[in-house]
Amino acid sequence: MTKKEVQHLARLSRIAITDEEAETFTKEIDAILEYVSEVTEVAGTDALEPTVGAVHNVFRADEVTNEPNQYTDALLAAMPETDGRFMSVKKILNQDD
Amino acid sequence: MTKQTAHSLRADYLAGTQKPTEVVAKSLETIGEQNDALNVFLDVYESAAQQAAAAEELLAKDGESAPPLAGIPVALKHNIMVEGERVTAASKILENYTATYDATIVNKLKVAGAVLLGGTNMDEFAMGGSTENSAFSPSKNPIDPTRVPGGSSGGSAAAVAMGSVPVAIGTDTGGSIRQPASYCGVVGFKPTYGAVSRYGLIAMGSSLDQAGPLTNTVADAELVHSVMAGRDPMDMTTIDVDTYPAVETKETYRIGVPRDFLAEGVDPDVLEAFEAHLKDLSAAGHEVVDISLPLFAKGLAAYYIVMPAEVSSNLARYDGLRYGTQTPGETLLDVYEQSRAHGFGDEVKRRVLLGTYVLSAGYYDAYYGKAEAVRRLMRQELANVFTDVDVLATPTAPTPAFTFGAQADPLAMYRQDIFTVPVNLTGVPAISTPMATVDRDGSTLPVGVQYIAPHAGESRLFDLGKRIYDAQL
Repeated sequence: MTKKEVQHLARLSRIAITDEEAETFTKEIDAILEYVSEVTEVAGTDALEPTVGAVHNVFRADEVTNEPNQYTDALLAAMPETDGRFMSVKKILNQDD
Repeated sequence: MTKQTAHSLRADYLAGTQKPTEVVAKSLETIGEQNDALNVFLDVYESAAQQAAAAEELLAKDGESAPPLAGIPVALKHNIMVEGERVTAASKILENYTATYDATIVNKLKVAGAVLLGGTNMDEFAMGGSTENSAFSPSKNPIDPTRVPGGSSGGSAAAVAMGSVPVAIGTDTGGSIRQPASYCGVVGFKPTYGAVSRYGLIAMGSSLDQAGPLTNTVADAELVHSVMAGRDPMDMTTIDVDTYPAVETKETYRIGVPRDFLAEGVDPDVLEAFEAHLKDLSAAGHEVVDISLPLFAKGLAAYYIVMPAEVSSNLARYDGLRYGTQTPGETLLDVYEQSRAHGFGDEVKRRVLLGTYVLSAGYYDAYYGKAEAVRRLMRQELANVFTDVDVLATPTAPTPAFTFGAQADPLAMYRQDIFTVPVNLTGVPAISTPMATVDRDGSTLPVGVQYIAPHAGESRLFDLGKRIYDAQL
């Protein structure tokens, strides 16, 4: 694990990290990866089918179960930035790029 | 002081010797006196007294047919949604978040008449084993305030240990109910995966998370679990009564001890207490035998691949837009990156980065795919062992409660979960009950024993726990 890789992971994870944080995380994640790579020593995993849970492919009818607007006000109230009944977000494209 | 239980309060309510309004007032008084020092509750609900009055009326009207938890004060970990109450997961990113609906378990507790008293402190997003990762300062262990209460459900364990409530609800992804129960000297129960609905819990590792009770007795844990369990159309992973073969209770149990698994890393006095406990089990007529679970030693490694992978996916929803705290930025990308940079603590960031790594192209097969395969082998190994024994026993944690800052290295902290994570990886139920005390620097500290049963073997754990632990209270 290199610092550059950690910075790339942070970008993918949408978390801004400082140079100092990148250094620390590199060391820590490296140590954790070294520890968890123990699993690669376990034999007999190649022939296994992918895991499914005890219950799987459980479906319910695709029906609306709430009244129109039942939760709208509560959900809007939870949003940090709104404009009427809309969530307000910053521009997606930066024209300088 | 004999601690009150849900059962003893019920008897007192029916006999008229205590009333819910008095008990809840006493709970609030205890919190008022101790919470500044211990930081156990992040919120106390304003409606508590009102709920108590309603329960009192219900008991007066219906007597013995009143619902099973009528008037029982219950604390909830701060990652369980209660409509109209603040729920933070002890994270800055949810600091001012108000839940918009009730979790299924909250709805069930309300229907059962419980008085929901408040929300308890925890490690941020349930990541940690001490509450030191809470964005709102750690909780202190009521038994020795220089020590951690364990975690991540440390606030819930401490709430019971400090005598403020007879029942608190926690969540357990890798030991987060059982380990703090061990550190605080209370009972902690982690159900079979799917036994209890996860709808309305703030998700951490969705294939691992389960909610369960922290209580003073096994009988109370059984009662509260029976209220919360059951199939839920809002959580498609919940199981039916016949999903797994029935697991019967027995007169005496054949109890397996994974001896090779205990060889390293357990404090000598914890091991000594465990050996003494095994003698007690034999003396009570149970058969204690050595068994071998070689893959369980790899459980922690597999867990620290699977869990961060699920964490990185589950926490992608905290975007600073739809709810929670937003940090301003120039562009949408800035808003995401800054909100998550300021909103998440170090341990959360570490696990999101790690999870992103193990799921990324080129590493997926080597890490995540391999860990899931190991998990499958662990299930097979465990199923084989359960053809020979009825229950497994281990210490709950390798040490008693440690002092603040003592496990500063992330890996050292992770090792506290060595005995508990295999349970979540395989989805079986387990319970921790206090087994002994050990002395550390002038403090007498509790340590717990963990019993593990096959899938859907809850009744067996409750039966054994009541006969061994409750019986000697």
